[in-house]
Amino acid sequence: MEAFLFYFFFAMAMGGAIGVVVSKSPVGSLLFMVTALFAISGEFVLLEAHFLAAVQIIVYAGAIMVLFLFVIMLLNLGHEYQQDLKVGVFSVAWIAVVSVMAGLVGLSLRGQAGFPGQPSGAQEIQTALELYGAVGAIARPLYTTYVVPFEITGILLLVAIVGALVLAKRNVG
Amino acid sequence: MIEPTLALSAFLFLIGTFGVLVRRNAIIMFLCIELQLNAVNVAFVAFSSLWGIDGQVFVFFVMTVAAAEAAVGLAIIISIFRHYQTVDVDHFNLLKW
Repeated sequence: MEAFLFYFFFAMAMGGAIGVVVSKSPVGSLLFMVTALFAISGEFVLLEAHFLAAVQIIVYAGAIMVLFLFVIMLLNLGHEYQQDLKVGVFSVAWIAVVSVMAGLVGLSLRGQAGFPGQPSGAQEIQTALELYGAVGAIARPLYTTYVVPFEITGILLLVAIVGALVLAKRNVG
Repeated sequence: MIEPTLALSAFLFLIGTFGVLVRRNAIIMFLCIELQLNAVNVAFVAFSSLWGIDGQVFVFFVMTVAAAEAAVGLAIIISIFRHYQTVDVDHFNLLKW
């Protein structure tokens, strides 16, 4: 059952991702992206990352994608149905580059049965989940080991808010 | 279960790269960049099942940075659209030498 769900979400994520690239209208592209994000959230659940699955749905599918949709509708881009894929010599070159990259990734993945180090993370995560729950398991390292990056992330968000306001305003000053 | 997850991550990243290179609509290029960020998130979560919870904490940071990036990037796109009345990146050649 788990393997079936894994490959179901695998296919859903791949289909959504391909739909993002080939869809003609920006709104269709966005809806395919939401599909892919839901599938990735399902993969997170199967990998025992329950909090991240919830955040993926709420923040990515709920907030970021809605922001994209607002911008598409604000700019009135939904009616551009002409194909904007860039065709020509360069697209052939890009396909070749991407294929070579895919081949290299496949080559490096093939033949690596195990990973070095101590693969004890699964038990560690299981005990953390049982002790602190799905949120506490990720909140404890976030507020102890990674507290400085966490604060810096807060400053980054503040800067992003101010920057977005300044950029999107019609006349500044 | 880690190898197929890493394969999914690699495929998503490649599709995202291909989209950024091929599409000319700035918003769809931006969506493809989000797809690449998600591919990296999948790899982080896959490795966190081997080496502990730190990978999931990093995914949390990546999501925050992605939200900030989406806000600023879309503001830039709106500002460009006001100037050129299009989001086709072929028209933005001001910084091209």
